[in-house]
Amino acid sequence: MEALFHVATFYVFAAFALAGAAISAFSRRLVYCVFALLLTFLGVAGLYVLLSADFLAAVQVLLYAGGILVLLIFGVMLTHEIADVSTEANFTDIKFGAVISGILWLLLVVYICKVPWAVLDPLPPYAPTTRAIGLQFLGDYLVPFEYSSFVLLLVVLGAATLARKEVD
Amino acid sequence: MIPIGLHAYLVVAASLFCFGLFCVLTRRNSIGLLIGIELMLNAGNLNVVAFSRFIGSPIEGQIWAIMVIILAASEAVIFLALLIAIYQNFNTIDVDEIAMLKE
Repeated sequence: MEALFHVATFYVFAAFALAGAAISAFSRRLVYCVFALLLTFLGVAGLYVLLSADFLAAVQVLLYAGGILVLLIFGVMLTHEIADVSTEANFTDIKFGAVISGILWLLLVVYICKVPWAVLDPLPPYAPTTRAIGLQFLGDYLVPFEYSSFVLLLVVLGAATLARKEVD
Repeated sequence: MIPIGLHAYLVVAASLFCFGLFCVLTRRNSIGLLIGIELMLNAGNLNVVAFSRFIGSPIEGQIWAIMVIILAASEAVIFLALLIAIYQNFNTIDVDEIAMLKE
């Protein structure tokens, strides 16, 4: 019963993620693309939960669905006339893109199914990860942690410098 | 009922990646390009977490996934700041139109 529930949940979240990705890849309306991305982010967050990554799922919802998506919507609104209905995402060279990504998809799927992955046999049980991640960030991964805070500071400064209006 | 293994997650991630690649290759609007890049980053992250769950060391994989999310957020911020600067100068964000260096 529990296994059945697990499988069903996986298929629901995978369908969410793939449907969102398909809409945002093929839709002609840019606003639809951005909002379909929400489906993808939530679906991927659900898959993280199934992969026993609860903290990462929360980060995904907060940062992707809450932050990056709002940023993208702001980008659409600021760079198009708001009343302009025809915010269309025009395509160029659809055949070329479809052939390249189709071939890549086929290759990837064939090799994923061919390779005998050395999967752990009894998978580790589901356990909360937040405490372990926090301890690692202040222990072994202290340098990447501090470095990423430095990167974020630079990003704030850089974005403010790039986007401000030139004053003579 | 077959339990969900590593393959299923990898196939989902590969499909997400290919949708993102299609987006990047075919869009002319810069925000469309950014959408494609975000899809590809999500696919990569899903791969990292799936491998770390199924082939050992789950915490390390999740930490690097968090790093990728941080860098993706920074990249989106810089990208949109650049877009606003470009829009003020060119009045468009169509990547085929922004070609002033060529002329």
